[in-house]
Amino acid sequence: MKNVTLLLEDGTAFHGKSFGYEKPVAGEVVFNTAMMGYPESLTDPSYAGQMMVLTYPLVGNYGVPPFSIEENGIATFMESEKIHAEAIIVSDYSTDYSHWNAQESLADWLKREQVPGITGIDTRQLTKVLREHGVMMGKILFDDEPDNIPVAQYEGVNWVARVSCKEVIRYNEGAPKKVVLVDCGVKNNIIRCLIRRGVEVIRVPWNYDYTQLAFDGLFLANGPGDPDMCEEAVEILRKHMKQSKKPICGICMGNQLLAKAAGATIYKLKYGHRSHNQPVQQVGTQRCFITSQNHGYAVDSKTLPADWEPFFINMNDGSNEGIRHKQHPWFSAQFHPEAASGPVDTEFLFDDFVKLLLRLKDYDGFKY
Amino acid sequence: MMDSNIKKVLLLGSGALKIGEAGEFDYSGSQALKALKEEGIETVLINPNIATVQTSEGVADKIYFLPVTPFFVEKVIQKEKPQGILLAFGGQTALNCGVQLYQQKILEKYNVQVLGTPVQAIIDTEDRELFVEKLDEIDVKTIKSHACETIDEARRAASDLGYPVIIRAAYALGGLGSGFCDNEEELNKLAEKAFSFSPQVLVEKSLKGWKEIEYEVVRDRFDNCITVCNMENFDPLGIHTGESIVVAPSQTLTNSEYHKLRALAIKIIRHIGIVGECNVQYAFDPESEDYRVIEVNARLSRSSALASKATGYPLAFVAAKLGLGYGLFDLKNSVTKTTSAFFEPALDYVVCKIPRWDLGKFRGVDRELGSSMKSVGEVMAIGRTFEEAIQKGLRMIGQGLHGFVGNHELEIDDVDAALKAPTDKRVLVVEKALHSGYTIDQIHDLTKIDKWFLQKLQNILNTYTELQQRGAIQHVDADLMRRAKVQGFTDFQIARAVGLESLIDAEIATKLVRELRKQMGILPSVKQIDTLAAEYPAQTNYLYLTYQGSGTVCSDSVAASPTLAHDIAYENDRRSIIVLGSGAYRIGSSVEFDWCGVQALNTIRKNGYRSVMINYNPETVSTDYDMCDRLYFDELTFERVMDIIELENPHGVIVSTGGQIPNNLAMRLDSERVPILGTSAKSIDNAEDRDKFSAMLDRIGVDQPAWAALTSMDDINQFIDKVGFPVLVRPSYVLSGAAMNVCSNQEELERFLQLAANISKKHPVVVSKFHEHNKEIEMDAVAKDGEIIAYAISEHIEFAGVHSGDATIQFPPQKIYVETVRQIKKVSKKIAKELNISGPFNIQFLAEQNHLRVIECNLRASRSFPFVSKVLKLNLIELATKIMLGLPVERPEKNLFDLDYVGIKASQFSFNRLQKADPVLGVDMASTGEVGCIGDDTSSALLCAMLSVGHRIPLRPAPASSGSAAGTLVPGGILLSTGPGKQKADMLRAAQQLVEHGYHLYATGGTSRYLAENGIPNTLVHWPSEEGQQPQALDLLHSHDIDMVVNVPKNLSVGELTNGYKIRRAAIDLNIPLITNSRLASAFIDAFCTKSLDDIEIKAWSEF
Repeated sequence: MKNVTLLLEDGTAFHGKSFGYEKPVAGEVVFNTAMMGYPESLTDPSYAGQMMVLTYPLVGNYGVPPFSIEENGIATFMESEKIHAEAIIVSDYSTDYSHWNAQESLADWLKREQVPGITGIDTRQLTKVLREHGVMMGKILFDDEPDNIPVAQYEGVNWVARVSCKEVIRYNEGAPKKVVLVDCGVKNNIIRCLIRRGVEVIRVPWNYDYTQLAFDGLFLANGPGDPDMCEEAVEILRKHMKQSKKPICGICMGNQLLAKAAGATIYKLKYGHRSHNQPVQQVGTQRCFITSQNHGYAVDSKTLPADWEPFFINMNDGSNEGIRHKQHPWFSAQFHPEAASGPVDTEFLFDDFVKLLLRLKDYDGFKY
Repeated sequence: MMDSNIKKVLLLGSGALKIGEAGEFDYSGSQALKALKEEGIETVLINPNIATVQTSEGVADKIYFLPVTPFFVEKVIQKEKPQGILLAFGGQTALNCGVQLYQQKILEKYNVQVLGTPVQAIIDTEDRELFVEKLDEIDVKTIKSHACETIDEARRAASDLGYPVIIRAAYALGGLGSGFCDNEEELNKLAEKAFSFSPQVLVEKSLKGWKEIEYEVVRDRFDNCITVCNMENFDPLGIHTGESIVVAPSQTLTNSEYHKLRALAIKIIRHIGIVGECNVQYAFDPESEDYRVIEVNARLSRSSALASKATGYPLAFVAAKLGLGYGLFDLKNSVTKTTSAFFEPALDYVVCKIPRWDLGKFRGVDRELGSSMKSVGEVMAIGRTFEEAIQKGLRMIGQGLHGFVGNHELEIDDVDAALKAPTDKRVLVVEKALHSGYTIDQIHDLTKIDKWFLQKLQNILNTYTELQQRGAIQHVDADLMRRAKVQGFTDFQIARAVGLESLIDAEIATKLVRELRKQMGILPSVKQIDTLAAEYPAQTNYLYLTYQGSGTVCSDSVAASPTLAHDIAYENDRRSIIVLGSGAYRIGSSVEFDWCGVQALNTIRKNGYRSVMINYNPETVSTDYDMCDRLYFDELTFERVMDIIELENPHGVIVSTGGQIPNNLAMRLDSERVPILGTSAKSIDNAEDRDKFSAMLDRIGVDQPAWAALTSMDDINQFIDKVGFPVLVRPSYVLSGAAMNVCSNQEELERFLQLAANISKKHPVVVSKFHEHNKEIEMDAVAKDGEIIAYAISEHIEFAGVHSGDATIQFPPQKIYVETVRQIKKVSKKIAKELNISGPFNIQFLAEQNHLRVIECNLRASRSFPFVSKVLKLNLIELATKIMLGLPVERPEKNLFDLDYVGIKASQFSFNRLQKADPVLGVDMASTGEVGCIGDDTSSALLCAMLSVGHRIPLRPAPASSGSAAGTLVPGGILLSTGPGKQKADMLRAAQQLVEHGYHLYATGGTSRYLAENGIPNTLVHWPSEEGQQPQALDLLHSHDIDMVVNVPKNLSVGELTNGYKIRRAAIDLNIPLITNSRLASAFIDAFCTKSLDDIEIKAWSEF
């Protein structure tokens, strides 16, 4: 294994060994405290442009499942068609793996997809640096190629445009209810969750004008990067909201786009929420949920207009975790009810959305 | 949010430590009491375990040292009138008692509200049939079991399911009376035993080889749920989770598997209606996502204590708050203090729990591991690689291992068979197999241990081999050195691997490696357990050390070697006092040393020093990060203790409150110029070293039993010619692992030595004169600069020959001469002065009339310190700690002879868990726990103590024909075999009393004759060897005609051993109380014949 150095923007460096594809790389360095789910996280398009640090030290234990594709075109075990993270940074990569469903090792997969992976890093110390300084850019350098220095930019890039689908894709065609899914970098499990509930999914590119399409509800997907780069999507959404009161649900980037369309503003969190253990409380209730999260930006609740209200809040830092409209069936969550990876406790939000599609007339607010 | 009607709450403790129910409940109970106290609720605790932290002053408002049985609990409820009761914090003992109180409508009668999980939910999880029904309602798969009420039904169920099957007794703790049966013959045997513990026996299909996974789940009354931790067993299903190495979090589950089981756990806890904490155990198919729920424990458990320590999430504390009506959203994360308690900890390390067995202490015990628990303690190791964690853990269990590799080679004839039939040597057998070239696949096929674990173990062995191949320490480069340290190698293991240890003294070799490694800049770094994987800063100092923390380097010199990154900053102000803990619970060292450690920490804190604890036992209170300023959850090896000392640069180290482990480190620490507080290391050595101690006693004119360390049979015979039989023989433990024993004649001596020892120059046998019918007396004391400041003298009820840890002890002494006391004080003063003791110490004496002999002296706290401290109401450890800190102390005015009450300490045995072990007491300790009860007179105290350790007054329901009211109890049957002449005479008065009180006596040959000769009516019964003669003692036991067995072993002859063994073992297996000592039997019989339970006044500790 080649010796590598992870060099952060502020000059801090960590030494480790390469176990993935041997190529210097740069990106925004973010940490994720989930203890499992590396195949799902690596293929999550929201990690585009980022180097993912796993705080749980032992990684690779159960290998990687086969990259099989289902009839509907969706990967069986993965969250998109490829690895989106720029690199994976771990403490103790497990060369040997053991699992009945594993087809290859994490190292082999990374090499196949030409993604660097480094191990032997004190990821706890690295996380502390990121926590204190905030997320920053970093580079993985190969010690035997000191002059091969990669460059990259994270902020100011429209990552959504890079990962979104390029044309309309339909799933479960002919189902009684149709949902337009705005693909900002959608995870497969959002599509699976919708299909499983018997609706047709019309997946459209992030800047596609769907206002002329015939559909029953709108779903705004997750995606990478800064929502302020997605004004086009916000404009289309505003247009739609003016002409239709059909149900809207958003997740993650979807929450931020909906908030922006409503008139609220977005800010960047110091080091984001990337984990499986984020506690959220439904505003005005005693109901709390453990959620899976992956975002670096948040909605500023204070800027929500009067006809909107916070739906969920984060119980650790009080940041916004979802919004809803006071009259219309429009709501969104900053966390990931589709999980994959992470806890599945909030999957009921999909049920609520589909219920709204089916019985719009009976709708009288959320009852959980 | 809290229910404001609750002003006073009763908490039930778990009683004596026993296999399956140990120190973890002191931890959970203490946490619950702390949670209640915070709310201003008055707390009442019933727990006879006097050595616990929870029964210390200030933890609960009122403490009752009484048996946790419905009878006594009702009396306390009557007196205290609490509004609420907590049942989930005292293990199965408290839970069972609570269910009985509920079923007998006692709680209803006194209007006591069960806080937390409702009793019906408890019953739904405990009653197997209800449990399965309940989970069927929500389509959750369980292991279908057939509840059977007769052996016939059990046989039918088994043949329907197909063998192998597993058998369990319903309502039994930790798998008591359960096991696997491969055929009908095995089923017959096991089922009978199971029926003796429970009227209901469950027969289930066995899922041997499946993974075993546990989740700790919390729910509040608003239906908010979290899973705090999941854990994976290293061993597959089939080995009780208490017997298995366990890792947290799970290592081999994918995201979808983890969350499938997590979601199920939440579904289950919601459906059952738990409020508080519970544990869900799964069997999980290694080849698919299929699962079965094994069981749900609707209470705090050993696993929840482990999970709390593994994650930093205080489950018991939170569960108690939820029981009071709080929601999880009301509570804060107790580590960050800023984030919510409603969250799931993210670990950034791996923990490894390893059980500790003491099977070597038991004659005849079955060593095979199975579905019932035999281990007496456990350790938890923390690392950032699995290799690091497991190697640390293997050292921590304190059985002479240096880690996974570098140990004395295990001698096994048939490795295949050993792999298939796991014993307490499980991991070593795996090492042996890997070492002998077995492939991972082969080992997996034989053991079903997941290959991932085996691969990791292989990594350790590979590194060891690589070190060996380097051949010399100078050929070990920094890369290899670092890898070895990251994989948890000690400096000693490295020294041994490269052959350095065979060239020079082991300690010097180790030091050399340490120096070299430091030069390479390879040092451990200190990391915090913070519940959130560094996402938020932690406010507590819950720490461990790891080599997987290389730190960072500055950018201007990317090539420079990294600076170590510790999670905490060191002050270097010399205000730290390090207390060394007591390690894994084992026979001879358990909760009492935890109490001592905690008292030391409290005293240090109170006096303005920084209290620092090093310990690794997850079952303890001393490893609760709230108990000290810094907790290092790490090894008590010389290497690790030195690492910490070098970082802390402490004012001093306390080695005298943690039992033998820290005591043994004293000399080596001293040679590194570590400031040891209190008695000097040299004095400790003078007391520990048999020769030096003996010479000192001679010098100051104190007598001791004649002894000699001998290296040949001839020498032994010569010595015995001089002193005469009986003698106490102590073979070298290292070599034989055998216990010491008393030999009364040549035949016994030769058989025992053959059995136990290889006598050699290197491993001498210590033979000492055994003084029969001597009283054994203990002196627990605290001295300052050689002068005794406070002391407590206590007296064994049994004569010498029963290990002091097994003996029943009365304090203050009730039956020793004033002259004896005077002499004890005199001798103790001399010893204290000679050894210049500053701190706690203990001396054991033999008294032959008024002639005293010293058996041993320990310059540290002893097992009985909490007992005498609490009975005397004078905290001897606080006093000792102050002395060690150099603070002024005053001689307490209290005198033990002024006490108007008496304390009795009785021992708890766990023979029922140790299949086939001979339940007989001897000079080696066998008890797993103890209780201490206080009474206005000896009988009251003794009755409470004996009932607390599982004895029963031998009464039975009146036969229907007698016409008495239902529920009336009448005297039952008692089987007597009272051993040799002297003991028979000892027991005569007791036998007379029994008859006078209407008990029916059954007696074997000699005893029967003796009783008849003395005019005591009895029924003659026959020994198992007297075949064909009726009635047979064993038959009477099986037919439940006997309610108590007194069986005093006569001698070590083969016939006696077999006969007596069979009866003793049957008594244990059939759950009939057994006493094997005539003095104790007499005292107990006298107590229950002269005093009825209703006469015992119900008094709290503070009321004496």
